[in-house]
Amino acid sequence: MNWSCPMVQNRNEKQWQLDTRRIGDDLLELSCAGRWCLDQDLPTAVVILAEMGDNLRRLSFNTAQLSAWDTRFLAFLRALLTLCDEHGVSIDQGGLPTGVRHLLAMAAAVPEQKVARRRSGKQNLLFRVGMATIEFFRGAPEMLSFLGEITLSFGRLIRGRARFRWSDLWWEIEEVGPRALVIVSVISFLVGLILAYLGADQLRLVGAQIFIAGRTGAAFAAQLGTMQVNEEIDAFKTLGISPVDFLVLPRMLALMLMVPLLTLYAGFVGMLAGLLVSTTIFDIGMFEYYTETLRALQLKHFLVGLSKGSVYGAMVAYAGCLRGMQCGRSAESVGEAATSAVVTGILLITISASLMTIIFYRLGI
Amino acid sequence: MNAVPHIEVRDLTMAYGDFVIQRDLNFVVNKGDIFVIMGGNGCGKTTLMRGLIGLQRPAKGTVFYGGEDFWNVEPEQQALLKRRLGIMFQGGALWSSLTLAENVALPLKEYTALSPRHLAEIVSFKLALVGLAGFEDFYPAELSGGMKKRAGLARAMALDPETLVTDEPSSGLDPLPARRLDDLILELRDSLETTIVVITHELASILGIGTNSVFLDTETHTMINTGNPKEAVASGDAKVRHFLTRGTA
Repeated sequence: MNWSCPMVQNRNEKQWQLDTRRIGDDLLELSCAGRWCLDQDLPTAVVILAEMGDNLRRLSFNTAQLSAWDTRFLAFLRALLTLCDEHGVSIDQGGLPTGVRHLLAMAAAVPEQKVARRRSGKQNLLFRVGMATIEFFRGAPEMLSFLGEITLSFGRLIRGRARFRWSDLWWEIEEVGPRALVIVSVISFLVGLILAYLGADQLRLVGAQIFIAGRTGAAFAAQLGTMQVNEEIDAFKTLGISPVDFLVLPRMLALMLMVPLLTLYAGFVGMLAGLLVSTTIFDIGMFEYYTETLRALQLKHFLVGLSKGSVYGAMVAYAGCLRGMQCGRSAESVGEAATSAVVTGILLITISASLMTIIFYRLGI
Repeated sequence: MNAVPHIEVRDLTMAYGDFVIQRDLNFVVNKGDIFVIMGGNGCGKTTLMRGLIGLQRPAKGTVFYGGEDFWNVEPEQQALLKRRLGIMFQGGALWSSLTLAENVALPLKEYTALSPRHLAEIVSFKLALVGLAGFEDFYPAELSGGMKKRAGLARAMALDPETLVTDEPSSGLDPLPARRLDDLILELRDSLETTIVVITHELASILGIGTNSVFLDTETHTMINTGNPKEAVASGDAKVRHFLTRGTA
């Protein structure tokens, strides 16, 4: 039987050609001629197998007319070898070029690890939903145990036995507080403008806290994740130093201290924006705005704002540190940790905001 | 002679979920050994190390340090056992927010009551020992890969551990520093009686300084030899000989 390449225009090289010849009862000789290269559409090994028939036991090659070959030829042969192996056909590689034989031998030198091959391919939607659900419930105890570790760590802090460097705390405070002022100002001002126009209360949540979930939560996750990749966290563990004390505690404290302050500041900037809209568009006098604002504001507003800010700060730090500590050992997983920290942070803020609204309402505040 | 082995690994199986990395490992590390964990790429050397030093709980079996069951003692006792280990990680694992001096000093601060001046003296000695004298105030990011490795060794040695576990200490180093590192390891063993567990596939190191070893096989996921690597070259299993002679025997 004979296969050959359909003529390719504008190409002078000889194209590939494959002939098969039966010798005796059980031997098939494959003659490969011409170019067997990557730029060509070569036959698949399966086609030849169909030709081989039932009583074939041996396969040999004739490559006297082969003019050029590359990886494409090797891949073809390797697939053929595997097929023959499966069908109990023995192969005489004597007719192949020396280089081809050597490369094939090297590829076969390390047997394939059966267990190492991952299950791949597309799974159906139901399967994926199921897996995601299982993953979620597997993740829940981990989230809780991390919360427990942080609680223990705070316990050690109160008893003065937590091991971390105060300089790290100051560094984090500066990082999450003053350095966030510009962007918090811009966002709060714009949100303040919108609020003054619409009087929409729900928008308040979109302010500083969400922004901090993005800016700081992602940074925490990326920092701790990178440390995980570098085995820095392992190094703490083997020395018996709690990575939660050393790394999580200062970040947690910094956010719990700074977010309430940022929240107050954001509120102030928002009021300034409101003032701008009121005086320029709604014709409300500056003095009038001031007295009305004072009348509307009560101390409890500040206290509620401060306590909410503290909780939101804790949520963002928790999400960022959790995802960072859970990070895998590759650059890709650092990115995933950062993304996941933002999502988890916003989710936790939303949940805790709803809970606190209910609690404060019940308390009559 | 001490009847209780320094480290004994018994029926140890390390796995990630259902994926078994190495199973049924049984070997003994004696005091003063330079014990080589060897095997091809991906055979589970580092995973075995994680089981030895408390970073990953074995799927089965355990490790004894001086007769104490490392994985089944109280956490306080396990912490004490850990304190007698010094670990050098593959990439150094230096804490990136601390300088080299602070990196080496942290274990000392944690477990000793040294004055700052003594601390500084010890730190610069340890750094000098690994050829990094004068790099005290450098941050890890400012160092080359080989320098990070050596600084990692200095930190692992900070508390003069009974047992030093090093993951690929000389890979990626030029021959000369690699040789120096081997000399240093020998010296630590001889002068401080440190037991060394070293993960490596550098033949020069294995045959040059190794006094005992375990060979992990990638295909069968278990060990196929333990004992002096020099003897393994002469009379060991075919796979081990193949590995130790780069396939020439």
